[in-house]
Amino acid sequence: MHVIIDGQRVPVTEGMTILEAAEQVGIHIPRLCYHQSLTPAAICRLCVVEWEGARTLVPACVARVQDGAVIHTESERVRRARRTILELLASTVDLSEAPDLLAYAAELNADLDRFADGARREFPVYDDNPFYIRDYNKCVLCQRCVQACGNDMQFTYALTVSGRGFYSRIDTFYHAPMPETTCVFCGNCVAVCPTGALKEKGPFPSPQSPVLDARPSEP
Amino acid sequence: MAEPVLLRRVGHVDPTRLEDYLAWGGFEALRRALLRRPESIVDEVKASGLVGRGGAAFPTGVKWEAVARESRTPKYVVCNADESEPGTFKDRVLMEGDPFVLVEAMAIAGHAVGAEEGYIYVRGEYIRAYERIKNAVEEATRAGFLGDHILDSDVSFHVHVYRGAGAYVCGEETALFESIEGKRGQPRQKPPFPTTHGLFGRPTVINNVETLANIPPIVLHGPEWFRSLGPEDAPGPKLYSVSGAVNAPGVYEAPMSVTLRELIEEYAGGVRNGGRVQAVLVGGAAGTFLGPKELDVPMSFSGLRKVGAALGSGAVMVIDEQVDMWEVLLRLARFFAHESCGKCYPCQLGTQRQLEIVRRMASGRIRYQDILRLRDIQATMADASICGLGQTAGNAILSGLRVMGLDVS
Ligand SMILES: Cc1cc2nc3c(=O)[nH]c(=O)nc-3n(C[C@H](O)[C@H](O)[C@H](O)COP(=O)(O)O)c2cc1C
Ligand code: SF4
Ligand code: SF4
Repeated sequence: MHVIIDGQRVPVTEGMTILEAAEQVGIHIPRLCYHQSLTPAAICRLCVVEWEGARTLVPACVARVQDGAVIHTESERVRRARRTILELLASTVDLSEAPDLLAYAAELNADLDRFADGARREFPVYDDNPFYIRDYNKCVLCQRCVQACGNDMQFTYALTVSGRGFYSRIDTFYHAPMPETTCVFCGNCVAVCPTGALKEKGPFPSPQSPVLDARPSEP
Repeated sequence: MAEPVLLRRVGHVDPTRLEDYLAWGGFEALRRALLRRPESIVDEVKASGLVGRGGAAFPTGVKWEAVARESRTPKYVVCNADESEPGTFKDRVLMEGDPFVLVEAMAIAGHAVGAEEGYIYVRGEYIRAYERIKNAVEEATRAGFLGDHILDSDVSFHVHVYRGAGAYVCGEETALFESIEGKRGQPRQKPPFPTTHGLFGRPTVINNVETLANIPPIVLHGPEWFRSLGPEDAPGPKLYSVSGAVNAPGVYEAPMSVTLRELIEEYAGGVRNGGRVQAVLVGGAAGTFLGPKELDVPMSFSGLRKVGAALGSGAVMVIDEQVDMWEVLLRLARFFAHESCGKCYPCQLGTQRQLEIVRRMASGRIRYQDILRLRDIQATMADASICGLGQTAGNAILSGLRVMGLDVS
């Protein structure tokens, strides 16, 4: 079984995603919400690729390979979608601590000021517990923290999404301060946050270290 | 205009009385279906050429066959009665005027695909439709047309009536499942499709109200008869919801060879006050604007595709020259920004920026840059959104600008 990615013949096995297949031959597909320890949410749509014959672009993080599929990861159609998503995102929240996203934007020649005349999502910084702060001005709504807090790691369900559409936000139930929620301060959400929206305040009080080490690389 | 099929009983029967439905041939199709093997019913629906009337135009028989072939049980039959597409009110007319037909159709579907549970998801605002459907389910159950061992056969089918929670996106089939399951009504990434992973993760047939209303007549009169009711490539009757600047807005049944002009002038009594058409929004908010020179298009799937539009739910909204198109576009842009569920980035962000840009243009500041920005947003939403809401959220805006004479190519 094989697929053709950007003209290259790639041997694959049943059940593999396009993202994994591309990775095998060293093709890096941009991604944001994807995290190897979490169920792919397929919501940021940065990893979309062109699959010949498909009506729309497909998200590489969840689309499974089919024998003989012809896939383009860098076509103009793909680049236009990625560039526009990043331009829209940059006009909405603060990406200054998301180096991966800034690097993608530079590579795509995105104009990060293109939609700067639009509304932004703005929040106070929540500093309501001894362990971490929540600065949702930097939140890209990747939902990794919600997943880490829920079914994918901690099964604590302190975090959720509230609101709808553009004004969706990460929240606690009833907007309660963190210490009043089911949060056990495991730190998994902080570890998976890609944008600096969740920040550890200092060393954890116990010798225990965060379960995952997946913070964005230093710029 | 020929004898209606779907609207046959509407207005002529008391929709709360089972006796009336029975007197008009009701449950005869179910009676016959129960005597037949499930596969033969599926084959007949396939042969009829019926395609879904909820917007996506997927062949109904193919969907049923896929679920019938699944060995996992339980399976479900779900009726999508969320009808929230702006300008669409045909399902409401059926549910309020002929609710028993849905119950009968769902029981037939259950027998055909091997499901014993059905759900009807009725739009939250449709109180009367909800009451009528609920009553029909209760009456039919009492009379033995639903429940265990329907009409003393070995087929059982139960129907649950569920009220929608009030969001347009909950009409999208997977968001609808999430909603019934008690979660946030947000679409799922497809595949997997409902035929394998639908309600509660089970094989599920989901059909629109109007789609289902075609089933009893197909079972009674056969696929050849059904095919004879429309053009070659678009069999069966179709309901059109005509609204806006016409003398007689309403739901009309016609074969899909009918043209847009005929719908407006002959069925809906022409443009009000003797006015002229400025634009027609075909397919609802998710649809496309056509201009006054495009009225001779046949209102079928293929006919509309040729002019870059889609039939969608069959909504026809007529805008006359009295109306300020900017107001219309602004309202549509506001609708999408308000209804985006926010799950995926292209639509979550794009519908908001689209609204802001249209608002500025409507206030008289039209810049070339804005058209370029709208085009990138539309293309990105269409290509990269999870569900049909985002995928279509820029169509009406761009096609509206085109009808207004702006170059958006
Ligand atoms: C945003 C959105 C809203 C929808 N709303 C409805 C609806 O109100 N009723 C409906 O039947 N289908 C609706 N659909 C289409 C359904 O997803 C699905 O295609 C349909 O229920 C399948 O039934 P059918 O094959 O009988 O048409 C909607 C789709 C989208 C993307
Ligand atoms: S807080 Fe961080 S991890 Fe959570 S959704 Fe926002 S950006 Fe993602
Ligand atoms: S396209 Fe819009 S409505 Fe559909 S899943 Fe994405 S954000 Fe939600």
